[in-house]
Amino acid sequence: MPFLITDHWYDLRDLANLCNQVLSWLGDFLPHGLVYIIAPVIGFLFAFMLFTLPTQLYLGVLGERRLIGRVQSRLGPNRTGKFGVLQPIADALKLLTKEAFTPTKADRVVMYVAPILFVAPAVMLFAVIPFSHGMIIANVSASLLYFVAVSSLPVLATFMAGWSHNNKYSLFGAIRIVAMTISFEVPLVLALLGLALMMGTINLQDMVEFQRHFHIWMVVVEPLAFGIYFICVSAELNRTPTDIAEAESEIVAGYLTEYSGMKWGLFYGMDIAYAIAASCFAATVFFGGWSFFGLDHWVPPWIIFIAKVYAFYSLFIWTRATLPRLRSDQLMEFAWKYLLPLALFNIFIVATERMLWSKADFGRGWIYVFAVINIALFVAAIPIWARFIGYRPERTPTRARLVREAGGYVPLAPNAAQGDQR
Amino acid sequence: MDGVGVTITFWILAVVTLGAALGVMAARNLLHAVLFLILTFIGVAGFFVLLSAEFLAMAQIIIYVGAIAVLVLFAIMLTPHAGRSNGETKMVLPAGLLALCLAAIFVFVLTDTDWSTVSTAPGVGVTGLGEALLSTWVLPFEMASVLLTAALVGAIMLARNPEDEIPEARS
Repeated sequence: MPFLITDHWYDLRDLANLCNQVLSWLGDFLPHGLVYIIAPVIGFLFAFMLFTLPTQLYLGVLGERRLIGRVQSRLGPNRTGKFGVLQPIADALKLLTKEAFTPTKADRVVMYVAPILFVAPAVMLFAVIPFSHGMIIANVSASLLYFVAVSSLPVLATFMAGWSHNNKYSLFGAIRIVAMTISFEVPLVLALLGLALMMGTINLQDMVEFQRHFHIWMVVVEPLAFGIYFICVSAELNRTPTDIAEAESEIVAGYLTEYSGMKWGLFYGMDIAYAIAASCFAATVFFGGWSFFGLDHWVPPWIIFIAKVYAFYSLFIWTRATLPRLRSDQLMEFAWKYLLPLALFNIFIVATERMLWSKADFGRGWIYVFAVINIALFVAAIPIWARFIGYRPERTPTRARLVREAGGYVPLAPNAAQGDQR
Repeated sequence: MDGVGVTITFWILAVVTLGAALGVMAARNLLHAVLFLILTFIGVAGFFVLLSAEFLAMAQIIIYVGAIAVLVLFAIMLTPHAGRSNGETKMVLPAGLLALCLAAIFVFVLTDTDWSTVSTAPGVGVTGLGEALLSTWVLPFEMASVLLTAALVGAIMLARNPEDEIPEARS
């Protein structure tokens, strides 16, 4: 039997114990209330050293660029320091020293406030993420809803940014991001509803406990919900396959067109923070959070959790590096005609299963049966629904039309004259 | 919940919410008005948190800030000349009358309500909420859904172009 996590301060598997110990010791001789000022400082130091610095700066800024470079057969930043490790610092210094430019006809107040409003929700999102048994800042009873609510705020900031510039391309970006959010929020919330239905709770810590108790990850039980969540969240975060709001090949840089210096830097940095927050959320809800089939008794749970976050974030980087950007109308159609019916189908299936399960007094074995059924339905539903709404995979060209018309790739003869080939 | 912190928070929230509501009225720029309106919604959500009604606060933010305000913004963006100038209109008098009627109703409700307080917050889980919605309050719940469905069908009928009925040729 593995030894359980204790309350001793030296039990580094749960850093909350150490924090509690330090705070109660400080509370003994400090005047009343001062502990509440010190607690956030300690929390900030822990969070920054363990999570924010490696994740945001090195996975987000450097790792992402290096990995994308790797996928796309190029080098990526490698000049500043060994392997380019100093690149994020150089970038930040460059952004800080750049001129902050404001257009004359811009709405100055809104333009200045927008980056600040964009940063605040990114920080607030991490408050409800459980890193371990006790490592959770605010265990709100409705923390799933809290996450959904707070992550709907940055859209307003990006809208304000796009509108305030008085620039047509910024305005296009703003309209696009608002339309995208309205479209993709619906299937996203419906997918999460299916999860809440299956687990019978809207608290993130309870969700982790549920997955720990049944030794199964929700990504296996509800693969359809996971697929919908992944697509919708990458659309809402403006990640590359769906980043039509700042599509630089269509509308200069969308809502970021007129921003420069650190104001642009805040948007760039917080985009990564939102992606990491979404990864944290997905790791908690779909991948069992800080639990790992009993390994969490031996390894500190927060290390397991951070590893899961990195794995999920790499998935984001992978899609970003591989897939080309979609068109605006394609994305809208996809959300309403494809994802929304699938999300409703998922809810229907899950509700039926939950009802059957409650009749069987929540027996342990049932959830594995549900997992098998749901995976089969997931595999079947995607192509069937795609065919139903008119997508014919056999008619989609697998090769570019020019190549197809020419009858395939014809290698040049070694000594042939130029222009002689077909 | 009581204590100095709660009182201070209440007054900060009250000032922010009322100030933002005033801003909605005073702002000449329609988009500024909507941004103030969003601030008002967030302030109201803060009051719900203060009353230990977390679920209601989250729902307030998701529905009013995340959906309705964004929809209003979208509507303003698609309306020409609506964003930048919002001057005097002839509708001042009827609007004032309507506002007076609304204020009368609110004052009546305020004085008529029995403001009894409970010391502990009722713990509302998902199960309890779902059962209440589908047993005690099933009629208003279903009526709201029927209303929304009717609105959805109506919007589609209005936006539909009869000439688009020919199925698209897909290559």
